[in-house]
Amino acid sequence: MARSRLASPGQDMLRVSSLSKRYKGGEDALRGVTFDVPAGQVVALIGPSGSGKSTLIRCINRLVTPTKGRVELDDTDITRLGGRGLRRARRLMGMIFQEYALVERLTVMENVLSGRLGYVPFWRSFFRRFPQSDVDKAFALLERVGLSEHVGKRASDLSGGQRQRVGIARALEQDPALLLVDEPTASLDPKTARQIMRLVCEVCRERDLPAIISMHDVPLAKMFADRIIGLRAGEIVFDGPPAELDKAVLTEIYGEEDWTQIHPEHEVRPEESAEDRHAHEERMAGLR
Amino acid sequence: MSTPAASTRWTRPPLIGNPWLRWGLYLGVALYLIAAVSTLDVNWLRVLDGLSNGWRVLEGFFAPDFTTRSRDIWQGMEESLTMTVTSTVVGCLISIPIGLGAARNVAPLPVYAVCRSIIAVSRAFQEIIIAILFVAMFGFGPFAGFLTLSFATIGFMAKLLAEDIEDIQEAQAEAIRATGASWWQVVNYGIQPQVMPRLIGLSLYRLDINFRESAVIGIVGAGGIGATLNTAMSRYDYDTAGAILIMIIAVVLVAEYASSHLRKWVQ
Repeated sequence: MARSRLASPGQDMLRVSSLSKRYKGGEDALRGVTFDVPAGQVVALIGPSGSGKSTLIRCINRLVTPTKGRVELDDTDITRLGGRGLRRARRLMGMIFQEYALVERLTVMENVLSGRLGYVPFWRSFFRRFPQSDVDKAFALLERVGLSEHVGKRASDLSGGQRQRVGIARALEQDPALLLVDEPTASLDPKTARQIMRLVCEVCRERDLPAIISMHDVPLAKMFADRIIGLRAGEIVFDGPPAELDKAVLTEIYGEEDWTQIHPEHEVRPEESAEDRHAHEERMAGLR
Repeated sequence: MSTPAASTRWTRPPLIGNPWLRWGLYLGVALYLIAAVSTLDVNWLRVLDGLSNGWRVLEGFFAPDFTTRSRDIWQGMEESLTMTVTSTVVGCLISIPIGLGAARNVAPLPVYAVCRSIIAVSRAFQEIIIAILFVAMFGFGPFAGFLTLSFATIGFMAKLLAEDIEDIQEAQAEAIRATGASWWQVVNYGIQPQVMPRLIGLSLYRLDINFRESAVIGIVGAGGIGATLNTAMSRYDYDTAGAILIMIIAVVLVAEYASSHLRKWVQ
């Protein structure tokens, strides 16, 4: 690959500084969030619903536009980009979604190849005439995630775990410099959830790829992440290695609860918060 | 068996709670109906006259005559079918960009306003009114019919397409946008696959409608089988008119079955 992603070893890939987001409804989703992510680090983002995890992830690839602050990827300030520049920045950030967000009526192969949309001109994508190197890469990735036999199937014909594997392949097909992962396991059963988390972490290690993974499942986060960031009401209240995440810290993040009784499988999905609704509106407004 | 405990009667609560208002409304409606019916001035002699005329029409329909005016019938049929197919194709093609523009989640506000007003204008008028206008502008014949049906198709298709686009699962489009795709690529990958089955189904349904409408607008001079039917009726050629009606029914049935099969296959 011609693109030099790593300017120098050990340097921070992603630098988020005093990032704030206020939605139209007036609520502050993020208040001055600052952190750096070096190459190859897997960061788990935990916090209660409405704490701003989703907003933070979407501010990084500008599906949501932050109100204040900077997001720098390889020393490019993403908050200042627009049009073509923004699309170039987005293609460096692979995103994996909670409900997979595959295009259900397209084939597995088309879904994976859609990871190349930021690289190919419209006519090529319209006639599905992707460069052979892209197709080779897609086949290799599908083999890596164990879906070689499903290339021609529609995404809607796959199981949840298989769909999320396609989602991972689509993100990697972008040749990303960073993975943004929004609750990848929330709609999966506990066993599949672990398999998916393991796969995500493996590919990150293989490629020295940094990742930010938002999740509800604290034990799973402790099991797989190198570092954990705890958000509460839009502010970072914890940032450290998984070992330091103890009862006191969890109470700080989530409030008082008996932490020995956590059942990650029986996670309650709270009602949609106002933040979710405004975030949704703004994300969709960006389509225009 | 033990005797049941004292039961509480239950009746469904009435729509209008106030009994005075409720019974007043019933009475008012009844009085209005009686008054309205009593103003109808039915001339029973003319009804008697009409009965025998009606019998002659029915007789014609029971003995349809396909042969005497077969040339006119075929020509009308051909015109109608041509009109139907061309106007459906043209109308659907034009309605795609307008439908995209009229979807609030895809189009910026000015584009949205323009496209929605095109749709509103197209839907405001019934086909016959549009046909009268186009016949006045372009003269008698199928060209006016073609324009009428295309225009009506745009309003119908664009509105339903826009609503379908507004109902897509936006997460899919968001995921495509997150890859760095351009606006057109988001439309092609994130939206088109979601609305395609309905778009095809609606086009086939519109083909149906357009054929039936082509028979109607012919009566105001826009060509096609409707014009032939109108001529036959005014000549008191009820047997020919019967033949034409049977053919219209046959074509509509065939189109109905074919399109419902196609739609099932597309889903």
